[in-house]
Amino acid sequence: MSRYDAIIIGAGHNGLTNAAYLAKAGLKVVVLEKNDYIGGAAVSREMEPGWIYSSCSYVCSMMRQAIHRDLDLARHGLILVPYLGTVNFGDGDERLFAYHDEDAADLELRRHSPHDADAMHRFQSDLTRYSQLIRKTLMRTPPDPTSFRLRDVREFIYLAKQFWSLGEQEVYEYIRFFTMSAAEYLDDYFENELIKGAMASPGIIGTALGVYSPGSAYILLHHVMGDVDGSIGAWGLARGGMGAISHSIASALQEFGGEIRTNAPVDKIRVQNGKSTGVVLENGDELDAAIVVSNLDAKRTFTQVMDKGDLPDGIYERAKNFKIRGSSGKVNIALSGLPKFTGVPDNPYLNRGGQGFTGSLETMERAYDCWKRGRWSDDPFIESVIPSVWDPTVAPAGKHWMSNFVQYCPPELADGPWTPEKRDAFGKTVIDKIERYSPGFSDLIVHMEVRTPHEIENEVGLTEGNIFQGELTIDQLFFNRPFPGYGQYRMPVKNLYMCGSSTHPGGGVSAVCGANAAREILLDLRRPNTVPEDDFYDE
Amino acid sequence: MSSVDSIIVGAGHNGLVCAAYLAQKGQRVIVLEAADEVGGLAGGREFHPGFRASIAHSISHFSTKIAAELKLASHGYTVTGESTPLIGLAAGRDPVIINGRDITGVGNDDRTAYAAYVDELEHYAKALAPAWTEIIPRIGSQRFSEVMTFAKIGLRLRRLGKQAMAEFLRVASLPARDLVDERFDDDLLKALLCWDGLIGSRMAPRSPNSAVLAMLYRMSEGNAGQHQIAAGGTSALVNALRAAAEAAGAEIRTGCSVENITIAGDTDGLSATGVRLRDGESLAADNVISAVDSKRTFLNLVGVQYLDIEFSNRIRRIRTDGLVGKLHLALDSLPEFRGVDAPNGRFIIADTMDAIEFAFDDSKYGRPSTDPVIECVIPSLNDPQAAPDGKHVLSAHVMYVPYRHKDGWSESTRTEIQNAAINAIERVAPKLRDSIVHAEFLTPADIESQYGATGGHWHHGEFAMDQMLMMRPTYGAAQYSTPIPGLFLASAGSHPGGDLVGAAGHNAAQAVLR
Repeated sequence: MSRYDAIIIGAGHNGLTNAAYLAKAGLKVVVLEKNDYIGGAAVSREMEPGWIYSSCSYVCSMMRQAIHRDLDLARHGLILVPYLGTVNFGDGDERLFAYHDEDAADLELRRHSPHDADAMHRFQSDLTRYSQLIRKTLMRTPPDPTSFRLRDVREFIYLAKQFWSLGEQEVYEYIRFFTMSAAEYLDDYFENELIKGAMASPGIIGTALGVYSPGSAYILLHHVMGDVDGSIGAWGLARGGMGAISHSIASALQEFGGEIRTNAPVDKIRVQNGKSTGVVLENGDELDAAIVVSNLDAKRTFTQVMDKGDLPDGIYERAKNFKIRGSSGKVNIALSGLPKFTGVPDNPYLNRGGQGFTGSLETMERAYDCWKRGRWSDDPFIESVIPSVWDPTVAPAGKHWMSNFVQYCPPELADGPWTPEKRDAFGKTVIDKIERYSPGFSDLIVHMEVRTPHEIENEVGLTEGNIFQGELTIDQLFFNRPFPGYGQYRMPVKNLYMCGSSTHPGGGVSAVCGANAAREILLDLRRPNTVPEDDFYDE
Repeated sequence: MSSVDSIIVGAGHNGLVCAAYLAQKGQRVIVLEAADEVGGLAGGREFHPGFRASIAHSISHFSTKIAAELKLASHGYTVTGESTPLIGLAAGRDPVIINGRDITGVGNDDRTAYAAYVDELEHYAKALAPAWTEIIPRIGSQRFSEVMTFAKIGLRLRRLGKQAMAEFLRVASLPARDLVDERFDDDLLKALLCWDGLIGSRMAPRSPNSAVLAMLYRMSEGNAGQHQIAAGGTSALVNALRAAAEAAGAEIRTGCSVENITIAGDTDGLSATGVRLRDGESLAADNVISAVDSKRTFLNLVGVQYLDIEFSNRIRRIRTDGLVGKLHLALDSLPEFRGVDAPNGRFIIADTMDAIEFAFDDSKYGRPSTDPVIECVIPSLNDPQAAPDGKHVLSAHVMYVPYRHKDGWSESTRTEIQNAAINAIERVAPKLRDSIVHAEFLTPADIESQYGATGGHWHHGEFAMDQMLMMRPTYGAAQYSTPIPGLFLASAGSHPGGDLVGAAGHNAAQAVLR
């Protein structure tokens, strides 16, 4: 029987980050992974010879630079490349091109609406200001609002100061943004449906809310608070696929002396006298550790790998009520050539990044209506990227791989559970929609992988296939994440911690949850902190 | 031209409350009402010879403090002390009846859960209650008393206890659906309990952020949030307020439409000087208090030429599109609701939360629900003036009916939703159609044109987190005073919001007297 200082369950990027920082502090750590590969939802997998799929997450923006630098991930092989030149497709023939040249971008907006071209400057600067504030809260542990402890009070004063530094008027505007629907918020700026659709789409990604649901404006913010190479709100690709992120962190971890075991599914977290003491693997092996850190989502942690009897009263119920709703699907496609889209000029500035099959706000909202009714829309919102345009390592020369993220896809269908036939029908709906804009698209398909929430849950272990490990609504954000009273990474059982995106600040491949949890663990162990402060070059 | 201390535009219940307080303090007050009767959305109106109805048909949390201070009892407004049973109806099953803390028609688990649920929510509601009736200061105010207002709210929440406060901070923004899904099994009960979190707003059971606050707002006068029966109905409240204002010396002129609020400017800036009436007469006053909605106040009565452009933009963006239609039925006999002995209650006709949600979905795209969900009461049971002897009135709120119809409102689109609403009621009240003498349906657009409330919105602006507290109607005008000295706001468009409460009128009077 081996003895560790800390066992981390789940080798997703947060689990690896957490382990890396604990190992850096000199702890003997092991990361246990049920699959035969690491990375969780940040993976690169060769699903078809020559093609590397980022099967789940597919773009990167929220990865904190402070962690990136501190763990020296570049040396461990991580290269992030910004991608540019997105096209948004309207319900009909309308197209919106996102040129990266500022003048061209402005002219393009003006083609649709001079009013909106002007409003875009206002919108972008507002969004940037709001995201700068929220970024300051990311790499900090949320204070407990009910506590009078010095640390919590101090943190509240810090936050109040940051908040107040916006100025009175901005505070009110900020509250609006935090609570409104994406659609209503955008209505204040824009008039053109295609532009509104394009801007609203980050507000629904991964979320069981519609563009008209209050709270979706925050989700929008959540998606634009990241940066690539210092460009706030920009999105990038990890060279070699999203697995490159996990592998670079794993490499840092191993350099610090940490251990990773794949094919090691955990059956139970062992609890004795109210303290977690280790884990029992599915094969019966027991591992002892002073500390257990779960990188699984909150629901899975407390309802699957723990016994209800080991938990204080009410925790099991809280976990059951934790909102972790599957709402997204993913279709990964190997292509024999670069698809051409109707109405898109063939020039080197366009069609190099992504395709947003957004349509109008109404189209997106109607797709949500279908989700509510336990089915998928015939006209879903699809966000596509063709990473092979930028990254030659993910497809054979001259060929391409395309990632298609689909909103919405219900975790369970009204007419019963998912079956392979229904999954394929869902995939066909997605292909049909793309084909509408790219005649002949389906002839290019070499191989295709369709993932509904059912597949995502079964493979990655995310309950209901929720990509954020829990909805990003106010009742589950900040000090409420995952539950009130447990917003500081310590869980109701002593020596048990959580480090996945079920904790603050939530999902999006930021590595922050894992780092923040490590800081709290080291604090409890009275070890020197190894986790960096966030850095703000944008101030 | 003689000058008075205060002119109040609009004799809705908030205007009357404000008038009564100011007159009690010795001010010379004139209230101007465009309609022939006072009361606004709470005032009675004859919709068929002998039959009367008002838009608001029940009273959930009229401030007991205001009722006592204005001695409304001596002016004829008495609450029987009994609550109106809340009754959930669905075709093909027994109703769920909630009467105070008693509940019937559900299983034992739900019954137990209901007791705990009411305790929990009342606990929160009590902690929040004072905040609804006081002036919420600007964020960052340096005045000690104002800073204390926030501190007191925080402290009251903390006094709930550590766990309860933490839980409150989670529960406060939950969608109604999650709140009840966590606690109950019975579909009809869940739909029933959602109702008071949603009605009057652009919200369905799945909408996050504001539904629970709406519930707690409506529970702020205790009584488990149950609505009260006033002998004489809502008109009894309105008449008592009018009597109280007049007894204190306020003058009330009905049929007196205000064309605009007059603004004078000099080197010291602008100020409101009075009003000009539609018939050309001008009235001067030191203070003009607008008890009509904020959009109408600033965009129509004041005029954007007197406003900072950022301010007028903020007024313009207030969300005021109403979503509740109103059905009035003149009946020649008392309707019989299946499974209910006496139809004395507030009936909610919505089988499930999905039924409410799906009704909402239609309205998002500019169409009324084909399967509307409904709240109805029989006001004639408590108000003898509502209908001739032996006859009755059915008053129903119909959700969701958009202010803007995709094809435009017309006789045919109105008839369509009227029939859909009657069909929905008939499913639980068979033979209803046979007793209908006359039917009237008011869309939010009709409510706007008849009552002057922009968008036909009950609350003069969406009751949503971003339009609450010191952001209602918008910052710069949320403490009842406005950027124009001498001009004050007193409508439901100000904090705390809609329903028959009177707090906005009360707070506006305090702001005027400050």
